[in-house]
Amino acid sequence: MSALLSVDDLSVTFGHGADAVQAVRGIAFAVAEGESFGIVGESGSGKSTVLRAICGLAPVSGGRIALDGAAIPAPRRADFYRRVQMVFQDPYASLHPRHTIDRVLSEPLAIHGFGARGARVEAALEDVGLGHGFRFRYPHQLSGGQRQRVAIARALILEPKILLLDEPTSALDASIQAEVLNLLDRLRAERGLTYVLVSHDLAVVAHMCERLAVMQNGRVVEELTRDALRGHAAEQDYTRTLLRASEGFRKDGAT
Amino acid sequence: MSAAATPSRRDWLLADRPASPAQARLGQAYRTWLAFRANRLAMVGLAIVAALVGMALFADLIAPFDPLRGGDLRTARLLPPSWTHPMGTDDQARDIFSRVVHGSRLTLLVVTLVAVIATPIGLVIGTCAGYFGGWVDTVLMRVTDIFLAFPRLILALAFVAALGPGIENAVIAIAITSWPPYARLARAETLTIRDQDYIAAIRLQGASSPRIIWGHVVPLCLSSVIVRVTLDMAGIILTAAGLGFLGLGAQPPQPEWGAMIASGRRFLIDFWWVATMPGIAIFVVSLGFNLLGDGLRDVLDPKAAS
Repeated sequence: MSALLSVDDLSVTFGHGADAVQAVRGIAFAVAEGESFGIVGESGSGKSTVLRAICGLAPVSGGRIALDGAAIPAPRRADFYRRVQMVFQDPYASLHPRHTIDRVLSEPLAIHGFGARGARVEAALEDVGLGHGFRFRYPHQLSGGQRQRVAIARALILEPKILLLDEPTSALDASIQAEVLNLLDRLRAERGLTYVLVSHDLAVVAHMCERLAVMQNGRVVEELTRDALRGHAAEQDYTRTLLRASEGFRKDGAT
Repeated sequence: MSAAATPSRRDWLLADRPASPAQARLGQAYRTWLAFRANRLAMVGLAIVAALVGMALFADLIAPFDPLRGGDLRTARLLPPSWTHPMGTDDQARDIFSRVVHGSRLTLLVVTLVAVIATPIGLVIGTCAGYFGGWVDTVLMRVTDIFLAFPRLILALAFVAALGPGIENAVIAIAITSWPPYARLARAETLTIRDQDYIAAIRLQGASSPRIIWGHVVPLCLSSVIVRVTLDMAGIILTAAGLGFLGLGAQPPQPEWGAMIASGRRFLIDFWWVATMPGIAIFVVSLGFNLLGDGLRDVLDPKAAS
């Protein structure tokens, strides 16, 4: 299989000299087109930093990130943003408080010179299950789940191939989580999107992703498939600990 | 829902699902206005500032006498307040009330010019320094420090010496020395805004730095800077009056309030109204701007509101 997005020996270091913190230490993975790839790990394991590094929001100190086999230039170019988009963790922080939903969605269209903006905005809202009544509202007039739908619509409005999802549901309550995950599943099926999903929730990753990497302290501990995860076929102690922790958590709800 | 066939203007403004960008923006402004209206003191401040503007606009209609040419010097000098001269007359036999009314134009001119010159400079320098960081930040903030170190009155003196005395040069001097606090404020705000996810999101959409600063950072800094400018208005009026008092601002016979106090100082004991009336005008207008600024802060500044 040819990789659409490949990360090779990637390191990210924040700060300089004695203050330097190495958040990501030489990780590698590859994601094929149409695939959904998960990254799990505890808080501070560097999983979100990987996504930010791919987007150019975190300082890459070593390694290569390639899109379609070609290395991504260091200041990202406009065409990169049309192929790769990101959904942030906290929908309360990712929408500009003074901009209407219409402006949030039409600004990327204006930047990239798309035509028929009004129609595209309406269609994008329709796609994520929000009617056009939401178009001229402000973010503070929306609930968390509705905001996250807007954030997903914003990420998809440039029609990217790859969507980077940074814990897209962890700031939402349980019933809304399921709705947003189902929405993401449907959109991937409809548009043939490629997902890289970061989460600390193994259940979310098992539901969404075919393959996943387990991260700890900035390193990938283990890579395994969804079936292996469900069959408890983890080889590393750390993965087994994570699995056990999530099982214990789910015991009263399941069966 | 037949009652909703003719929605009132209020309902249209407060609509839950606005149908156009204009309606969304007006609705937002109307909500801000409703919050502002609930603050009595702020409304008093707004009324004072509105009265100042009205007085400046219609000075010719309101003032009963010529502000520059006095009456008979033998009979009309230094008359105490009366029905004909509500604030008395000064040593040139001019009606002080008319001079105070016309003086509101000069006050408003100073306030407006300083706001128009200083606010954009402060905003641009502050947001650029905060957004870009690094050496841009260092250079811009050191420049700001240099301007902060200029003593206002000395700079005004230098301007007067170089360009000739007059209120415009005083305004330029005040404006040049009053933008640094706005730059610092805007920079501090920008530092907290630039790391927010919504800025990261728009960067991921490929937006250029000017677009981000102008469209995303400035609107969020603007409210606190406006509040700060309004609160500074009182100080600006007092500085302008102080320059007038020193003879560096408005020149006689212009009816500038500070210059009027300076000329009344000579007979403060015997003819108290000559210096007191313009003093009261300065006090009331300064108070009005302070109250307005406080009210605006409560409404516009999310940090003070919570």
